[in-house]
Amino acid sequence: MHTRRTLIALAALAAFATATPALAQEKSIVVSSTTSTQDSGLFGHILPMFKAKTGIDVKVVSQGTGQALDTGRRGDADVVFVHAKSQEEKFVADGFGVKRSPVMYNDFVLIGPKNDPAGAKGKDIVAGLKAIKDKSAPFISRGDRSGTHSAELALWKTAGIDIAKDKGAWYKEIGQGMGAALNTASASNSYVLTDRGTWLSFKNRGDLDIVVEGDNKLFNQYGVILVSPEKHKHVKKEFGQAFIDWLISAEGQKAITDYKINGQQLFFANATAPGA
Amino acid sequence: MPGDASALQLVLSADPALMGIVWLSLGVSLAAVGLATIVGLPIGALLALTRFPGRNACIVVLNALMGLPPVVVGLAVYLLLSRSGPLGSWGLLFTPKAMVIAQAILVTPIIAALARQTLEDLWVEYRDELAAMNVGPVGRISTLIWDARFSLVTALLAGFGRAAAEVGAVIIVGGNIDGFTRTMTTAIALETSKGDLPLAIGLGIVLIAIVVAVNALAWGVRRTGERFAG
Amino acid sequence: MAVRAPSSDLPIALENASVSVGALTILDRISLAFSPGTPTVLIGPNGSGKTTLIRLAMGLIEPTSGRITFGGRERVPPLRRAIVFQRPAMLRRSAAANIAYAMAAAGIDRARRPGRIEELLALVGLTGFGERPARRLSGGEQQRLALARALARDPEVLFLDEPTASLDPAATKAVEDVVQAVVARGIKVVMSTHDLGEARRLAGDIVLMHRGRVIESTTAAEFFSTPKTQEARRFVAGELLV
Ligand SMILES: Nc1ncnc2c1ncn2[C@@H]1O[C@H](COP(=O)(O)OP(=O)(O)OP(=O)(O)O)[C@@H](O)[C@H]1O
Ligand SMILES: [Mg+2]
Repeated sequence: MHTRRTLIALAALAAFATATPALAQEKSIVVSSTTSTQDSGLFGHILPMFKAKTGIDVKVVSQGTGQALDTGRRGDADVVFVHAKSQEEKFVADGFGVKRSPVMYNDFVLIGPKNDPAGAKGKDIVAGLKAIKDKSAPFISRGDRSGTHSAELALWKTAGIDIAKDKGAWYKEIGQGMGAALNTASASNSYVLTDRGTWLSFKNRGDLDIVVEGDNKLFNQYGVILVSPEKHKHVKKEFGQAFIDWLISAEGQKAITDYKINGQQLFFANATAPGA
Repeated sequence: MPGDASALQLVLSADPALMGIVWLSLGVSLAAVGLATIVGLPIGALLALTRFPGRNACIVVLNALMGLPPVVVGLAVYLLLSRSGPLGSWGLLFTPKAMVIAQAILVTPIIAALARQTLEDLWVEYRDELAAMNVGPVGRISTLIWDARFSLVTALLAGFGRAAAEVGAVIIVGGNIDGFTRTMTTAIALETSKGDLPLAIGLGIVLIAIVVAVNALAWGVRRTGERFAG
Repeated sequence: MAVRAPSSDLPIALENASVSVGALTILDRISLAFSPGTPTVLIGPNGSGKTTLIRLAMGLIEPTSGRITFGGRERVPPLRRAIVFQRPAMLRRSAAANIAYAMAAAGIDRARRPGRIEELLALVGLTGFGERPARRLSGGEQQRLALARALARDPEVLFLDEPTASLDPAATKAVEDVVQAVVARGIKVVMSTHDLGEARRLAGDIVLMHRGRVIESTTAAEFFSTPKTQEARRFVAGELLV
């Protein structure tokens, strides 16, 4: 019957389309990481070098820090590479990770309209945030429990502002990623806190520019953790460990340092810095 | 606009990364439609040809499932395929197969519901003739599907359109991994989040062009086929 | 004459068979037998139950009460019976493929099909129409293709529900010739018609129906010469029976 032939053809098509990508899958690991590392282009720069040296494919799933850690906790990644030191330490303490290794830091910058309605320019981050709050200048928060969101909340606290209580119509939580937050800020001429890397590679800037930068409080440490092979048997520990070892080796650290956008260095390798 | 030019250049130069994304999108969506057809067509045929208590309720539910929210399906498949989920040992999360599964779930109700309508219309015409020719259940279903095949193309196209345009489910279960699970739609979402709106729009135009091309092809097949089959 | 398989569907015997839909009685306690031999022609006004009786005898519906047997057996699948419906449905295929489908469904050897298809098309005057999409044929052409399709199954009994109702005189003649040829080959024909002339030309037996009941069932000769009931007399006289 013709119909049977059609069905067989469809089945073959389905099988083919699903089977082909599996062939290229052999020597690979899944790394759950944050949008900042991915969107800034860092992985695009360093992963080919790692692949050339080891032949290991690194598949990066970029999510918010909370979600990225959760992906590791569920065993859906071999390595997590995020920036939220206390959460990372808890991840290891809870037995989901083997060991946390510091890798690098980047910094946050406060972005705002060029005409700076709050007058935050030139101030440190604490004074800048106070100025925004006092003037009720529009501010976009990611509101997605990401590493950047946690950092933002911590900074409000440092500035002595209880944002949960003091937020007004000027403070908008969008519950989305960094790019979406920047797009929203650009469309509404608002202030927004972002990591420098995402900002440098962000194209839809509109009338926005850097308002506050270089404050010690804005530094943002990244750590890398192998997901516990004891918790999750299928974790590819040799490949995952190879990736971690490479990241903190002199060669990996140099690759990170060498990554630049428009001549600007984005990430500062500090695997050997004590307490990082 | 520079972005427009770069998107256009990417297409014109058949940029390998872009081509990879295009092929993956096509492959995943077509495989999902194929899978959904294998599952959905018999369901639609069964509903069209049989009468049983609760059949009307089934049809209402099936029609409602056409509007399944992709994010919910994505999340459900994610939880299912996650290493900590019931099917975790298959190791399918963050692979194109997971994307095919999620999309097939989204597309199956569309194909089943539209196929049921098409087949039921034809069944009303054929019922007596097939009964008089002593054609059994399997023969009835396959005859109806075969004879309605050109009309069923519409159902498959609706399914393909849904799959190709969908982003919510594939980004969750595929992870938008560069060179592995990045499709047209997840690439568009990514470029939008990077603020490269012109490139995102350029990719969107490519996606629309592909969907239009697939539809045109199917339409042509349908017209030619109908001319010969009547 | 072809040798029939030992288990024949004939006679088809109805014993007190009724068909009702809800409170409506469509066929009312009919007792009747269709036996091998000359055609049985069903006549009667619109809505009198001819189509329903044919569907019952074909085995497409079951009596709501009473009984129907095929060669003494009940519930015999229509392997050796064929029908041309009042409004036949064409499969979405070519004319030839419609016939081929019927043959495949009847389990006729693939190798035998092509030649037989040509024969059948010629028989109903559709030579050269084989490759045309069946649904694009005219009403009369479809009616004749349906006849060819029914014959393709090599039936023992052929039911024809008003087979000439939509045909012009030439096509009517062609179909009646086919019916006669079919009868000559030993196939039992049961047909309905509103055309008294046709009934006279073809019938061996006549069954007159009225409001779901069989008013008169007899040989054609007797029916037309000495109708017994008043309805039959009026019918034969050409009065409008309502
Ligand atoms: N499924 C059904 N439900 C309800 N009524 C029905 C059904 N089938 C047939 N009838 C009714 O039964 C009666 C007999 O119908 P049938 O088609 O057998 O008549 P007929 O003698 O073939 O008429 P005609 O000469 O118009 O073809 C009609 O009144 C018809 O409306
Ligand atoms: Mg009738």
